[in-house]
Amino acid sequence: MSQATLEIRAISGHAGSVPGEGVKREFEVCKLIDTTTCIGCKACEVACLEWNGLTFSDTTFDNSYQTMPDTAWNYWNLIKFNEHEREDGTFQLLMRKDQCMHCEEPGCLAACPADGAIVQYANGIVDFQQEHCIGCGYCITGCPFNIPKFSPTARKVFKCTLCNDRVTQGLEPACIKSCPTGCLHFGTKPEMKELAETRAAQLRDHSGFANAGVYDPEGVGGTHVIYVLHDASNPEAYGGLPKNPAIPLTVQIWKKPLKWIGNLAIIGGLVGVFAHYLRFGPKVVEEDQKTGQGEKR
Amino acid sequence: MSREPYLLANGRVLRYSYAERLVHWLAGVSYVYLMLTGLAFWSPWLFWIAVVLGGTTVSRELHPWFGVAFVVAVLLMYRMWSSQMKETPADKEWWAAVEHYVRNEDEKMPSADRFNPGQKLLFWGFFWNGILLLLSGLILWLPQYIPWSLRFLRYLAVIVHPVCALLTIGLFIIHVYMGTVIERGAFGSVMRGDVSRAWADRHHHSWFQQLLRDAESRK
Repeated sequence: MSQATLEIRAISGHAGSVPGEGVKREFEVCKLIDTTTCIGCKACEVACLEWNGLTFSDTTFDNSYQTMPDTAWNYWNLIKFNEHEREDGTFQLLMRKDQCMHCEEPGCLAACPADGAIVQYANGIVDFQQEHCIGCGYCITGCPFNIPKFSPTARKVFKCTLCNDRVTQGLEPACIKSCPTGCLHFGTKPEMKELAETRAAQLRDHSGFANAGVYDPEGVGGTHVIYVLHDASNPEAYGGLPKNPAIPLTVQIWKKPLKWIGNLAIIGGLVGVFAHYLRFGPKVVEEDQKTGQGEKR
Repeated sequence: MSREPYLLANGRVLRYSYAERLVHWLAGVSYVYLMLTGLAFWSPWLFWIAVVLGGTTVSRELHPWFGVAFVVAVLLMYRMWSSQMKETPADKEWWAAVEHYVRNEDEKMPSADRFNPGQKLLFWGFFWNGILLLLSGLILWLPQYIPWSLRFLRYLAVIVHPVCALLTIGLFIIHVYMGTVIERGAFGSVMRGDVSRAWADRHHHSWFQQLLRDAESRK
């Protein structure tokens, strides 16, 4: 068996133990995106397409720099351009590189029914294993960031892997490698968190962005992709970054209390009818017994 | 209602016509497949069922199509039976005495029509849950076509679908238990259609008496 399974700490749709849970001493990785130094060049988009060998798709024109409306099954990394008007009437072009956030508590993994289709590695990367994916799309519903996308040809779901194949070889993700301004950083979570907080403080103290801050949402246990935002009080302005993302409530109810109630009810029902039979037995029509008709069928 | 004579020449009583039996088994076979594959997607401990039934991806692809077949059967049942499934004032008495029914003291039960109130509950339970399973199932079938702005539909569907499915599983357990183990003669009636006169008189007294009166008036 591959050593790689020892690096897996969570498996979707899995009954029984997880091979890598608490086994590996592994640094948790993190991608830092400083939206304040992004120039919207889309080098990261090209690097992602190239490294992952994704197929090309048509671009759209909507009178802005936005060439694609959203990430897609063959487009895992997209800069969202948002023309934002500040309270004082001045204009600000907000650019946010959108991709999988690699949640510490991933909603996709919680919702997935297929054994091993979504795994979380000890280093925090959440990865889809398409050979185990059944294409149900529950991950699409579980994700608070609108990231997993269904491929109509493969009939499986795809998303950013955080270049898991590069990271395991000691390389940084392709998007990081390509960034010309240094707005993208990759390292351990504590390092990146510290760097992000330093940058946010700099923005607050020296650049006049009083609300500058770090986006590392607690509702999903923190993420392995974090942002520095000019205005951390209004993440929605950055192309629909949710303020308090969490696994949808109905998914949580479905996967936890309802599962217990349902399983106990089914077992209770089966035990109940068996107990009923032991106590009361069948309904027999006596006349049929005499004529033999009751035994006929 | 079928034109087939209800009082058969061999002295037995026709309980379910050929069409009724066919529709029942379209519903029965499709429901069992839906329940088994649905349970596979419900719990990791039962995921092996999808493997046994031809593969996990195949199960995901076929589950919605069997769902369509099941809904067709439910709608046909609605057409055939809904008029006979209407609640009547006498049903309250039946439910008040249901303890005797559970204890197999059928002689103490108020007489039932063609369908007793328990069967009516089963019918309407499957009908309404079937409708809700269809609506939520359509969303779960093609989640990629639900835009992000309408995502609340998906959030609703993932909870409505299992809740309704669990309710039907409860009905299903009782229905199968009663139809095969408890009610001797019932399984035969839904396979070959007929029951004995004594059976009809015991379990569906009002219905059987009406059949006799109808036969008498035709003479």
